[in-house]
Amino acid sequence: MSDKLAPDPRLLVRERGLAGYVEDFRRRIAGGELGSIPVIIGMIIIAVVFEAQTGTFLSPRNLSNITVYIAGPGIMAVGIVLVLLLGEIDLSVGSMAGLSAAIWAVLSVSHGVNDLVAIGLAILAGAAVGTLHGFFFAKIGVPAFVVTLAGFLGWSGLQIWVMGDEGTINIPRDSLVRDFNNFYFSDIAAAYGLAAALSLGYLAALVFQERRRGAAGLPTRPLSEIILRVGLVAVAAFVTAYTLNQHRGLPLALVIFLAILLLADFMVRRTTYGRQIFAVGGNAEAARRAGINVERVRLTVFTIASALAALGGLFYAAQAGGASKSLGSGNLLMNVIAAAVIGGTSLFGGRGWVWSALLGTLVIQSITTGLNLMGMASEIQYMITGAVLLVAVVLDSVSRRTQRTAGRT
Amino acid sequence: MTAAPVLALHGVSKRFGAVQALTDVDLEIRAGHVTALVGDNGAGKSTLIKTIAGVHPIDSGRITWKGQEVRIVKPHDAQELGIATVYQDLALCDNLDVVANLFLGRELRTAHILDQVAMEREARELLDTLSIRIPSVRIPVASLSGGQRQVVAIARALVGSPEVVILDEPTAALGVEQTAQVLDLVERLRDRGLGVVLISHNVADVRAVADDVAVLRLGRNNGVFRAAETSGEEIIAAITGATDNAVTRRSSRRERPRDAEPEQNTEPEQNTDAQGAEEEA
Repeated sequence: MSDKLAPDPRLLVRERGLAGYVEDFRRRIAGGELGSIPVIIGMIIIAVVFEAQTGTFLSPRNLSNITVYIAGPGIMAVGIVLVLLLGEIDLSVGSMAGLSAAIWAVLSVSHGVNDLVAIGLAILAGAAVGTLHGFFFAKIGVPAFVVTLAGFLGWSGLQIWVMGDEGTINIPRDSLVRDFNNFYFSDIAAAYGLAAALSLGYLAALVFQERRRGAAGLPTRPLSEIILRVGLVAVAAFVTAYTLNQHRGLPLALVIFLAILLLADFMVRRTTYGRQIFAVGGNAEAARRAGINVERVRLTVFTIASALAALGGLFYAAQAGGASKSLGSGNLLMNVIAAAVIGGTSLFGGRGWVWSALLGTLVIQSITTGLNLMGMASEIQYMITGAVLLVAVVLDSVSRRTQRTAGRT
Repeated sequence: MTAAPVLALHGVSKRFGAVQALTDVDLEIRAGHVTALVGDNGAGKSTLIKTIAGVHPIDSGRITWKGQEVRIVKPHDAQELGIATVYQDLALCDNLDVVANLFLGRELRTAHILDQVAMEREARELLDTLSIRIPSVRIPVASLSGGQRQVVAIARALVGSPEVVILDEPTAALGVEQTAQVLDLVERLRDRGLGVVLISHNVADVRAVADDVAVLRLGRNNGVFRAAETSGEEIIAAITGATDNAVTRRSSRRERPRDAEPEQNTEPEQNTDAQGAEEEA
């Protein structure tokens, strides 16, 4: 083997210093690991085009609204990311969101159940639905596509049944769910404080990790890379905080969405369970032979995905102003799946990251909001969102093929 | 030779629908020994090791571990005992890096949180002690060459400190130098006191590293030989079932009836004897 004497030059470990980082970055792009580059380029194009067309797209008010609107679909997209990492799909999340809103509204508004209890029961209903899907998929062996397609129909039927005679149930003024859309931490310290906490937390995590690696005699990242990474995060966080403070402050919806993203990211990248999700998505047979309980991983991922869909549905209802028989039946499902894929999570399993839920919903919501500002009809919006989804999936497939020829899966 | 086997199979049978994959098979694996398992395509080699690894539970027969009878019905059972298996199709996750693959299913952690640093350090140590050269332990396994993937797969089997390692055709898809590397690794495993089962088609490889050679033919035992005292021709004769040689003539004198009770292994513990060779099916 050639690397017995010298390492294969094509497989060099990253060099030290910033130059090595740039080199590594270039090699990854050439190898088809596009990461979040297409999304960032796409967002810049979206911002420039809509700002030029409307003149109000980049206003603090509009940007702040976008951060509120992304919470519902974004939380649902986190669940979809987990399912996609398994190499599966969940088509029922839209119906589940509508069902969850209906359950909450009927319990809380019509029957006067305590708001928090009603929210809890709606999310539990989501978990139960997900477990049922997971049972049919993991234990019985029915393809997830078919199980959740049945769920897609069935749960929206249940949603209409739960709503009963009521066409829509509006959210009362004093409801907690209304806060999902309307509550802002108006003190400017809140947004800046969160930005500072995120930046410093990221810095501390990186430094702590590199210290430990250094102490264990493992190669560490150069200081320049840490500064670059933390710097990028800090700039993004503080610019966002500044913009939010120009409008009404830090939205509660964004705080909850970020908390879920951080939790899910930690779970996926740092826990045994997350590792098992990747393993099952990469090679289920290998995972099984390694002693991983593949059925349990599959079942629980579907449970989590539906529970997150139920929670997201409440945010979605908050924006719509209430629960209705048709909530969640439109293009919500497609938008959520598209968001996960646009954000860089592969449809083919085993590749992706939780933050694609944030990036993807940002792209989709920016397009929707921008087209709304331009007064574009919804049929045009559907076509444009469809085209963006197609581009994202094409990028995914092409980068997958490039990666295969470059020896990466 | 005289040490009691770590792992022993007695009269193991396995059936898939209409196919009788294994019939009344015996096998003994000793610590610090390489036992080669050879046979033609469809002889039942892969099925046999899958029964040991817990992928396919046995239908009848007994498995003993250090003299104690054990049940192996799922991969986890085999892992718990200390049996590690490296499959022909590698069973690595291409999307995970080398460290993640090495520790898959037995990650180092505190509570449920992965200890990435400890895993990477141990991975490097393990690869170093086995003299395995890999460009980086943090690249996806998909980026590695066939030989590198094979040594990673073998190294992975060692992470749980097993006592028996089963290698299913580790050299099948490899070039000359890579094969030599893998065979070196097999010898290092034996020198560490592990019981090694080497499944192979290649009689030259088998004679190079094996201490004992167990032959399977059509799902039945067809003799166990001392590698050092047996020629390649004799092994091939046993694999193909050619009858005109000393070994089969000798074993035919000891032949048992075809429908012998599979539960009892009445053979004495001598695997220099060719035992239980059956007539042609």
